[in-house]
Order: sequence, then structure tokens, then C-alpha cells
Amino acid sequence: MSALKIKKGSTSHSAYNLRPTFSDVEERHTLAVLVENEPGVLARVIGLFSGRGYNIESLTVAEVDHTGHLSRITIVTTGTPQVIEQIKAQLGRIVSVHEVHDLTVEGPSVERELAMFKVAGQGDKRVEALRLADIFRANVVDSTLESFVFEITGAPDKIDAFADLMRPLGLVEVARTGVAALPRGD
Amino acid sequence: MTRQMTGAKMVVQALIDQGVDTVFGYPGGAVLPIYDEIFQQNSIKHILVRHEQGAVHAAEGYARATGKPGVCLVTSGPGATNAVTGLTDALMDSIPIIVLTGQVPTFMIGSDAFQEADTVGITRPCTKHNWLVKETDGLSAVIHEAFHVATAGRPGPVLIDIPKDVQFATGTYNAPKPSTSHYQPQVKGDMEAITELVAAIETAKRPIFYTGGGVINSGPGASQLLRELVDATGFPITSTLMGLGCYPASGKHWMGMLGMHGLYEANMAMHDCDLMINIGARFDDRITGRIDAFSPKSKKAHIDIDPSSINKVIKADIPIVGDVGHVLEDILKVWKSRGRKTNQAAVAQWWSKIDEWKAVDCLKFTQEGKTIRPQHALARLEALTKDHDRYICTEVGQHQMWAAQYLGFEDPNRWMTSGGLGTMGYGFPASIGVQMGHPEALVINVAGEASWLMNMQELGTAMQFNLPVKQFILNNERLGMVRQWQELLHGERYSHSWSESLPDFVKLAEAFGAKGIICSNPDDLDDAIMEMINHDGPVLFDCLVEKHENCFPMIPSGKAHNEMLLGEAETQGVIDAKGSVLV
Repeated sequence: MSALKIKKGSTSHSAYNLRPTFSDVEERHTLAVLVENEPGVLARVIGLFSGRGYNIESLTVAEVDHTGHLSRITIVTTGTPQVIEQIKAQLGRIVSVHEVHDLTVEGPSVERELAMFKVAGQGDKRVEALRLADIFRANVVDSTLESFVFEITGAPDKIDAFADLMRPLGLVEVARTGVAALPRGD
Repeated sequence: MTRQMTGAKMVVQALIDQGVDTVFGYPGGAVLPIYDEIFQQNSIKHILVRHEQGAVHAAEGYARATGKPGVCLVTSGPGATNAVTGLTDALMDSIPIIVLTGQVPTFMIGSDAFQEADTVGITRPCTKHNWLVKETDGLSAVIHEAFHVATAGRPGPVLIDIPKDVQFATGTYNAPKPSTSHYQPQVKGDMEAITELVAAIETAKRPIFYTGGGVINSGPGASQLLRELVDATGFPITSTLMGLGCYPASGKHWMGMLGMHGLYEANMAMHDCDLMINIGARFDDRITGRIDAFSPKSKKAHIDIDPSSINKVIKADIPIVGDVGHVLEDILKVWKSRGRKTNQAAVAQWWSKIDEWKAVDCLKFTQEGKTIRPQHALARLEALTKDHDRYICTEVGQHQMWAAQYLGFEDPNRWMTSGGLGTMGYGFPASIGVQMGHPEALVINVAGEASWLMNMQELGTAMQFNLPVKQFILNNERLGMVRQWQELLHGERYSHSWSESLPDFVKLAEAFGAKGIICSNPDDLDDAIMEMINHDGPVLFDCLVEKHENCFPMIPSGKAHNEMLLGEAETQGVIDAKGSVLV
């Protein structure tokens, strides 16, 4: 463990500048938080993020253990290593929180997100949209003569890429679930 | 044992079974069934406050002075919102209290009913945990769990919101049993880290113990272990505002409080040490000053029961998560088993350096002329009361810092002050709570006139329940700390930092049936203080002091520990533009 590192030439004079001695490189982490499924528990978690000024990139929540009344919240957040450590410690402090896992550091994990895209168009654009959807293994879940609704599952960057391709082809509406994630292996 | 009873009766039964003897509260529509049950029993004393904020501060004072959780009972809506300041105060200072609020009946929740507020929503960020109980059958279990959550791990305030129909309905009461919930904070520290700390203790040349409220919260046993460790190692010790009393002020190794208005020797030693052993403190910004210049040469060990305190502000080289008492016990065990070693020669040299800093005598002052200096008032209060069974509360501001500097605390749980939140109006109701916990003791609230007026209505409470609390008001007719900052930071433009139309405090006391004393002459001070102590009943002591006194020493905003101001002569232009944005 290293001693306190003082950055050379630091100009910070603020008693509230709490993080000058740590790495200031922002990292993206996926956290899995197991919570008691009771009223207000999501508000506790979200309130922690807003109250302490942390970021939420995506958040999904559903009860995963119906007999034990446990819900799993998957949060994708960004911050410096120190902020990520604080987020985990602060989450762990909430009385309704049973477990906090940082899937980004606890070994390889797999992330998936489901999205639905409504694409409206006619002629070549419509055909191109359908062909690209096939390449991305997106399903058509609704169809009219002027529109498709595609359903696509994948890692967030795959969904971003699909959205980029659909935009010039008449993308009118998107719904995304946010990331669900599990560690790989046993 | 299970029994059928109404929710209201359950509340009272659960409190009795939890060993509660005192409840601070204020009735209202949504808690009438509970008040009806309180009327029909004799086990619990109910102290009727004059404002719900007073109830919560009184419960805090009771909790800090007795080590038992404090309990409040207030009504829905405004009763609950008035409790918010006290809840936040208790959260910041880790004080175990249980606040019971009434709520409109379950079938009216969400309808904007009379005196309805989203109490659990409002208090979610200012409690450790809270509950809205919708079934009478679950009520007793929630109350018992609330006591567990409030006191386990890092203590804090909890709130239970009880709709009126739940109070009226009948359900099954369950007696308390050891908590089986998943919330069981770790109390034993990691032995590997403890051994690493012991190794650092053995070789340190310039060590320092930096202790805080966690030592007090861990219980009197922790203070005893701390004293043993400090005296056996011979290392110097300082403490935060919240930790005063964990090591005796008369102790050989005591350096006084550290921080923004801490003692010169304590802050200089923090800056120059090579091993900092933080025991139950949290590197608050009042302590660290400028972060990037904070104790640059030291290895830092941090003992805290709350993992989120570690690395929050200052990176710990040796982090130890655990209860102070348990960890101190293990440190002593390991240190003794390895032969009780310290680097005695180097530590002796370190002490001679500290003695040089002590020789600066940063708290010295002279009492001259016909105006009482606040430091003198506190020095005399100390001299005349230190041999009593004494408890001290304070409000917030200059007087609070002077009290921390000039009064000596020999034992834990004797010092009640609002540290984290800095709540003006805390001290008077807190003193009422302390007196309830220690009916025979001398309870003094050191106050400023402005803070004291914020909860002055509690004089009615003190009179009604015959609580002989002594209100020692250092009256400078100013918001002293605000005035000081305006002088140092805002070009001596004293915007709204003085009070016109202050009451005649003697007449005010008499209007409530209490005793009032006014003192403005230094020659009369001792007699007046003795008169206050000897009066059997609440006293309002109006001590007229120098109006423009500043509180020193001081680490200006944005400065490091070794950049302290020791007095008036050093204040010109010391806080730069960057420092001035800080609180």
C-alpha cells in the first residue's frame, strides 16, 4: 500500500476538494446489488446516487427471488476509482442491501440489454432496415406497411451500433431496458 | 411470548420491553391512540416538549449522556417535518435515536389528508433506516428491529411511521429476541491489519493518536482500553470535537482538541507525525483543512466501524474495519504479546518537539478591564464546576469552540454538542435530555444568545418537569462566528450578524418561573456562577461578554495544519479567493 501521494503543482486549495490524491481517470463499472424487495428500496439506492452526486448510466431492477423477497439491481456507473469504492461502501451501508458485487473487477462477466426500435420508412430504406436487422439478429415483433418494431438483445455497444445504422433509415422511437449482467463461469 | 393487543398498546409494550424509561414527545391527532396508552401506564415517563425539534435533540442528549438509545414520539405532518433537523443532526453525529411518528390512516395515505406528509420519503436521507408499518401484526417486530438497527454498527437515527388505523387495530405482539436480520455489522477487525498497525507502533518515531466520536459510541470500555493503550505506549493523543472525554483532559499525553479551532500543538503534531492512528474519527473537513497538504509525511491507520468512512477523504495505509472497543482490545493483545515495544528514544524526542509547540500556549489570554472576555467566563466556569458530577452541552458557534478549548473532560458521555450538522438550537433541549438521564447531575448548556433563542420555548419543558438545567449564555449580541468570518472574509461588512431587540433574559426567565442571573462585571463573575450552581432549578445566566472577540487559534479555510492563525495580529488577508468559497 502506498503512502499519500501529493500531486506536484496541485492548485487545489479547497477543503471540499476531496479527491486530489487519487487517480482521476474515470472508469465504468457494473454493480450488482441484492436488496430486500420492500417499499422504498429503489428510492434508497437512487437517493444515494443523487444525494452524493454519483452517476447512473443505466439501472435495471426486478425481483429475482420470490420466496426470499430479494431484488437484483444492476447499476452501470462511472467514476474515479475512489468514487467507485465509495459508491460500493455507501451501498453496503444501506440497511436493506444484502450484497454488493462489482462485476467489473470480480472477474469476467457477461452484460446484456434488450432494446426495441421503431423504424418507419418505405421502399429501399425499409428493405435495408430489414436486412440490417437480420445481420444483427434482431427480431421483428410488429410490422405495418410503413413501419417495423425490432427487438434486439446484446451488449450495450451492439445496441448503440444498431441504433446508429437505423437512424438514417427512419428510426422514430427507442426503448431500452438497461443492462442486466451476470459473472461468467460458476 | 405472543399476545393480542392494539397497535397503540404494542408501541408502549415494545418500548417497555426494550428497557425504555423516557420518551420525549408532543401529541397530535395521528398519535392519540398511543398517547391514550401512555396515559394508562407508569413504566415510561413522557416529557412533553414545546416543539418537536426539541424532542429529537433532547433524545439525542439523553442518548449521548446515557449510552442508551433516545426515543421520541411525534404526530404526523408537521410533527414529523419538525423532527427532520434533529434526525439529520443524529445521523451526522451517529447518535442512536428512535423516532415514532403518527401517520394518517392507511386508506387515506396519498390523498393529501389533513396533517399528511410523506414522512418516510422526507426522512429517508436523514435516517439510518425507516419503516412505514401497514399491518398491526408486523408492528412489534419492526420496533424491535428498529432498536437493533439504531444501535448496531455505526449508530444512527431510525424512524417508524405508524398510521392511525394500525394503532387502533388489534394484532399479535411478539416480545424482543436477538435480531436475526441480515443487518449484522462486522465488529472484529482484521487481525492481519491489526498486526501491521502494531508493527508500525513499534517503530514509529513521531506517532499520534487521532481519536473521535467512534470511541465514545463504542462504549465506556473502549475509552478505558484507549487510555490503557495511550498510557502504555506513551504516544501523544488528540481528539476531534466529538471525541472529547475519551481520554482525560488531565491525562499526561493529552494535547487538546485538533482541527479548525483546535490547539496549536495538536495540529502541528498532526502535520508532522510519521504515524497517524485514527480511532473512530472520519477526517472531517473541519479536521483536515487543505486535503493535499494534510499530514504529508505520515503513514495513516484508520479504525472505523463504517467501511464507507475509509478512503472517503484521506487514503488509509492501514484500514481496519471494526468496532473501536474490539479493535483496541486486539491491538493491545498483539502489542503485549510481541513485547510491548516502542521506539522510546525517538518518541521522547518527538515529545520535546511537542513541548515546544505547547510552550506557545495558544489559548493564553488576559482578562483586563471591566468587560468579561468569553474565554475568562469559561475558564471560571471550568474552575468552579470541574469537581462536580458535570455534563456539558453547547449550542453552535464561537462559544462552542471556546467551551471545547477551555473546559476539560475527564470521562466519555459528558460532552454533548452538535458536531457534524452544526445545529444552532441543539444545546438547550439536549441539556433537558441529559438531565432526564442524570437527574442528580449538574447539567450546563454553554450557549450563545442567538443559538439559545432558537429553541428557547423549551424553558417551559424544563420548568414543567423541574429539570434544573443551567443555561450559561455568553451574550455578545452578535452571531459571533458569522461576525468573525465577515471580518476575516467579507471586508468587515457585518451583514445581519447582530441582533437588535434581544430579550431581557432575566425577565424572560422569570416569565417562565425560572431564575435569571445577569453578570457583566468580571469581579462579580465567580459569585454569579456559584449562585447559578447552587440554585435548585433551571437558571438562565446572561453573561454579557466582549462583543468583538474572535475565536483563535484558527486554521483559515483552504489552509494546512501548520498555517494556523494564533491571534488578531495575523488575520490580515489570510484567506484567499479560493478559501473564501469554503464554509
